[in-house]
Amino acid sequence: MIIKTIFSGFGGQGVMMMGTSLAQSAMSKGCHVTYLPAYGAEMRGGTANCTVAVSDEEIASPVASEPNYLVVMNQPALFTFQNRVTAGGSILINSSIVEASPSRQDITTFYIPCTDMAQELGNSRAANIVMMGAFVRQSDIVPPEIYLKTLETIMGSRKKALADINRRAFAAGYEYVQK
Amino acid sequence: MAKIVFKHPESLKENIFHYCPGCGHSIVHRLVAEVIDEMGIRGITIGVPPAGCAVLAYNYFDVDMIEALHGRGPAMATAIKRCLPDRVVFSYQGDGDLAAIGIAESFHAANRGENFSVIFINNAVYGMTGGQMAPTTMLNQRSTTTPAGRKQSVDGYPVKVSEIFSRLDGAAYVERCAVSSPAGVNKTKKAIRKAFQCQLDGLGFSLVEVLSLCPTNWKLSSVDSCKYIDEVMSKVFPPGVYKDLTGKTGKTAEARP
Amino acid sequence: MNKVLMSGNNVIGEAAIRAGCRFYAGYPITPQNELTEYMAEHMRNAEGGIFIQSESEVAAINMIAGASAAGVRVMTSSSGPGISLKQEGISSMAAQELPGIIVNIMRGGPGLGNILPSQGDYFQATRGGGHGDYRTIVFAPGSGQELADLTMDAFDLADKYRTPAMILADGMMGQMMEPVIFKKPKPRQYPEKFMLRGAGGGKSKFIRGLLLDPVDSEAHNWKLARKYEVISENETRFEEHRLDDAKLVIVAYGTAARIAKGAIKRLRSHDMKIGLFRPITLWPFPEMRLRTLSATVKNFLVFEMSTGQMLEDVRLALQGYADIEFHGRPGGAVPTPAELANVIARVYEQKD
Repeated sequence: MIIKTIFSGFGGQGVMMMGTSLAQSAMSKGCHVTYLPAYGAEMRGGTANCTVAVSDEEIASPVASEPNYLVVMNQPALFTFQNRVTAGGSILINSSIVEASPSRQDITTFYIPCTDMAQELGNSRAANIVMMGAFVRQSDIVPPEIYLKTLETIMGSRKKALADINRRAFAAGYEYVQK
Repeated sequence: MAKIVFKHPESLKENIFHYCPGCGHSIVHRLVAEVIDEMGIRGITIGVPPAGCAVLAYNYFDVDMIEALHGRGPAMATAIKRCLPDRVVFSYQGDGDLAAIGIAESFHAANRGENFSVIFINNAVYGMTGGQMAPTTMLNQRSTTTPAGRKQSVDGYPVKVSEIFSRLDGAAYVERCAVSSPAGVNKTKKAIRKAFQCQLDGLGFSLVEVLSLCPTNWKLSSVDSCKYIDEVMSKVFPPGVYKDLTGKTGKTAEARP
Repeated sequence: MNKVLMSGNNVIGEAAIRAGCRFYAGYPITPQNELTEYMAEHMRNAEGGIFIQSESEVAAINMIAGASAAGVRVMTSSSGPGISLKQEGISSMAAQELPGIIVNIMRGGPGLGNILPSQGDYFQATRGGGHGDYRTIVFAPGSGQELADLTMDAFDLADKYRTPAMILADGMMGQMMEPVIFKKPKPRQYPEKFMLRGAGGGKSKFIRGLLLDPVDSEAHNWKLARKYEVISENETRFEEHRLDDAKLVIVAYGTAARIAKGAIKRLRSHDMKIGLFRPITLWPFPEMRLRTLSATVKNFLVFEMSTGQMLEDVRLALQGYADIEFHGRPGGAVPTPAELANVIARVYEQKD
């Protein structure tokens, strides 16, 4: 079983970090993983995206031509990637910023106002972690406790306040979406 | 007891130079070898000869040497000196090597202040390949590729290496000499010694430009070649100290194995 | 040692430093910049580590040649256009018998091309690339783990044979993160007599590249040729995947081989007997093993992210004993396993 996810948004929204944290936690769980960032000129002009593949066996291609999940942090990302999502797949949208909705009927869409939610928690920069809370619950790729532990390792344990807000941001996103 | 006043330098092998009669390379080789002897640094010196007439310099210098590709001596010398900072490293370069194909490597080694010495032979012509225009060929000077003389409109101006390199912050010592007279030869030797000392003192990049004769390609006798340096070349490339950040006293070199 | 998640570029850098590489020179070019940056950051902490951002790729290759002569383990890296610039230096290192590692994270070409993954530099890598009669050992890793293992092995082989070796990967391998475990490197074995460190009280040495005497020059060329023959006999590496009952064998390396594995998995589930032969060394090419395979398998399909370069080596290896088809995607195009599976299925059905 292989699950591929594309994370996409503005540079600075922590999109790449969303990808690496998922890949790292899936690795901790013992899965095969690949993480492929967009790079070079693709990264200029303020957009960022990355692809994470998680599987219980060797991964052939790290590219997601038909991702199971698409995480959309800004509007251009939705237009760029929505048609790639595999039939029956899911799109998670940052509805604080993205006004449009996917035009497709064969996918499930989740709207998470993650920027607003992060702001309420006191740090709008944690919007990506709110989204990861929602994503981890919806995708079921990694258990939330493994994800949180990985996140703490990545962020470093020294910044206590940051770890705290990340935990709360994650919980908020996790609770927001119904299973 | 007879007193020895002149002998073959120890750092020079007994091989007979392949250079043309009157060629300045033979003089400068000897000067470099004498300096190495006098400073007692034969065992810690590594030389980087170029592509050009001096490509076979390893046949003459009795120190460790590695031949560089055309123009790349300063890149090699940079790495060798960085890896072996207590050795004395010099690159030996011609005008095409330094100021044309290898200008980037030479310029940036100087600009980084790499702590090695460049012995730069400027004879205003490509010697080994048969007398073509060099970056230092002077205006109106004839060469096989400027048969009517170098024209500014087509070929640009002669590159003034000492003037340019002395402006770089990484350069510690830059002097232009000429081996066209006994006095000039003595001055050149002193300059080479100073460059090596500059290196031992860890001051940074040093370059000795030597106006050198190429009677074969200039189509002049040796004597006329010396005159040509003094009367023509020296006007375009004035000898002198272009930069000197060396102190009055320096560390003495210890010949370490 | 724990598993770590690292990008391919960083894996090469880490493996190199662990293997004792202490001199790196390079010039930025996408998609290998992370490797240059990794060396800048981590050479600082390695004892005796030297990092130089050179003024050009030309300077970089000559710097590593100099450091190699001084007796240090050396590496440089670049991508297509920069590797082209290094060719004179690689030729010279082969001639002067200086060990060193050159990493090529291939991008789309020719010319500036693009910065996407490609395999268009196969000819350049395996035919010597520069002027004169020489070869470089070329490794084509297919995973993050192999990037780590083969980088370390490349240093050992470069020393053993006193010759430059190349890691040939592509933009995807360089950028992609995968879990990696670093093995323990072997201690370096490189005799001091090959190092140029000053004559001391003894006889001076020289390392030269110009051999004006035709007798000397021919002798030197034959000496190198004999060395390459020994390498060819002893150092070929390859992977065989599901060949036991295969009726059609895909020949692919690096990223293309990964995609082929994905395609084979799909086709096997439809009962198609397809296997993969993956050269791990591109030079020396594992031609004898491939020829042996042709005794039992009569159909091969070469798949490359180019217009067909390794194809020529496969033809030379099979010598007409089997049919060879080709599928290529050049210029930075990376096909999906599904796309490749369609191509393979068509070929398979024709042959079946």
